[in-house]
Amino acid sequence: MSQPDEHLVEALTDDLDTGFIALFHAHRAVVFSTALRITGRWADAEDLTAEAFLRAYRALTGYHRDRIQALRPRSWLLTIVINLWRNSQRDAARRPVAVPAEQAPDPPDPQDVQRTVDERETDRELAELLAVLPADQRAAVVLRHVVDLPVAEVAVVLGRPAGTVKSQISRGLHRLRELYPAAEQRGLVPSDPTEVRR
Amino acid sequence: MTINDNNENWFGPELDDANDDLTTRLAGLAIDGPVSVLDRIAATWVRVPSTAGELFVASTDQGVAYVRTTHAVHDSETEFANLFRREFTRPLLAAARPPAGLLPALHEQRAAKLRFDLTRLSPFEREVLLAVLTIPRGQVRPYAWVANRIGRPKAVRAVGSALGRNPVPVLIPCHRVIRTNGALGDYIFGPVTKRALLDAEGTNIGEIYELAQHHIHYVGSDTTGVVCFPSCPNARRITQPHRHGFRTITEANTAGYRPCYHCQPTTETA
Repeated sequence: MSQPDEHLVEALTDDLDTGFIALFHAHRAVVFSTALRITGRWADAEDLTAEAFLRAYRALTGYHRDRIQALRPRSWLLTIVINLWRNSQRDAARRPVAVPAEQAPDPPDPQDVQRTVDERETDRELAELLAVLPADQRAAVVLRHVVDLPVAEVAVVLGRPAGTVKSQISRGLHRLRELYPAAEQRGLVPSDPTEVRR
Repeated sequence: MTINDNNENWFGPELDDANDDLTTRLAGLAIDGPVSVLDRIAATWVRVPSTAGELFVASTDQGVAYVRTTHAVHDSETEFANLFRREFTRPLLAAARPPAGLLPALHEQRAAKLRFDLTRLSPFEREVLLAVLTIPRGQVRPYAWVANRIGRPKAVRAVGSALGRNPVPVLIPCHRVIRTNGALGDYIFGPVTKRALLDAEGTNIGEIYELAQHHIHYVGSDTTGVVCFPSCPNARRITQPHRHGFRTITEANTAGYRPCYHCQPTTETA
């Protein structure tokens, strides 16, 4: 475990609320980036981030000191994010009329204009291409290459063997490489993300 | 942007192949999480003066969520925080300033415009509290009026229990609900505080009790032909020669009186 995480875990056992706020600030970037890149929508990413931290807090209130001290905060938080996301996808798929989330085109969101400004530093074309990947591949690629987790930690977070995760990552990257130059040639990614799948 | 430089400490050195333009651009998709998300996770508390004495008030991003008098928690913010956490299972931080609208709401004892977080309550409890929110300062209503108002006239006892679980007393004025017989009934912070709050609001609680002893629950004016709850300003300004007491609204109707539009005395009492 890294130094900062050791301090975080200590702070959590000292005073849960103070420690939890430190935990939030230490990991909000990695949690939010993961949430944003797997869901593809800013509002969903905010929901997922808030819900994940609330679940984490609820869990911590029931944990004994030993259990808190054994925590690896980053993997633990990301595992909660991934599980919540998988559940929400499953629930969405169960709804009779709903199109599975990963195939549904992103409906226009009036707030997206502001978000585009917020995100102007990032590579929007590539972010939109991620939506083309199947859920498991996308999660593996995001965890490994967007938030820079080692493969072994990606495997822990996704609850899959490292070998499986490696092949998901490499298949995901392969697919992105196929799509990415094409998108670049046209100058921009088509506004309707379903188009690139044809 | 690199989020964590310490990856290798735990899992050992990375033997990853790909390190090209694509992975560099993927790494560029990491962004800083918005600090504002914290507002949706942690609640905040303030300590504010009120007619019920000093209050601890906790709020979430949805609105005011939890109120206790400092007296009720032995003047201890820790005790307040523990009570809050047991109910809400959220972190609680000290707020830099009171949430918008709280101080005016306390000052005018009107909280109709204040936002509340009642998400944890049952639909029935929410309806009860929203009905109680419409009772103006200086007035009281019987429990049966609240039950009637939400379309559950037989649920008088359940209304009492719901008010006993009001997470935001003082602001949602459950102290303005009393028994039909003129007795004050229970209160989260005890009957003494209930009486003090009603007195501070200028409620004619003594007169209401007196009338109830004579089975008078409504007061009408023979000049306007309007019948009111005795705490209604329209009832209180009726001069003695023109005042008429009624036991029920039916009795008043029969005598040619119509219910006041302001206090809406539609509850029948046995």
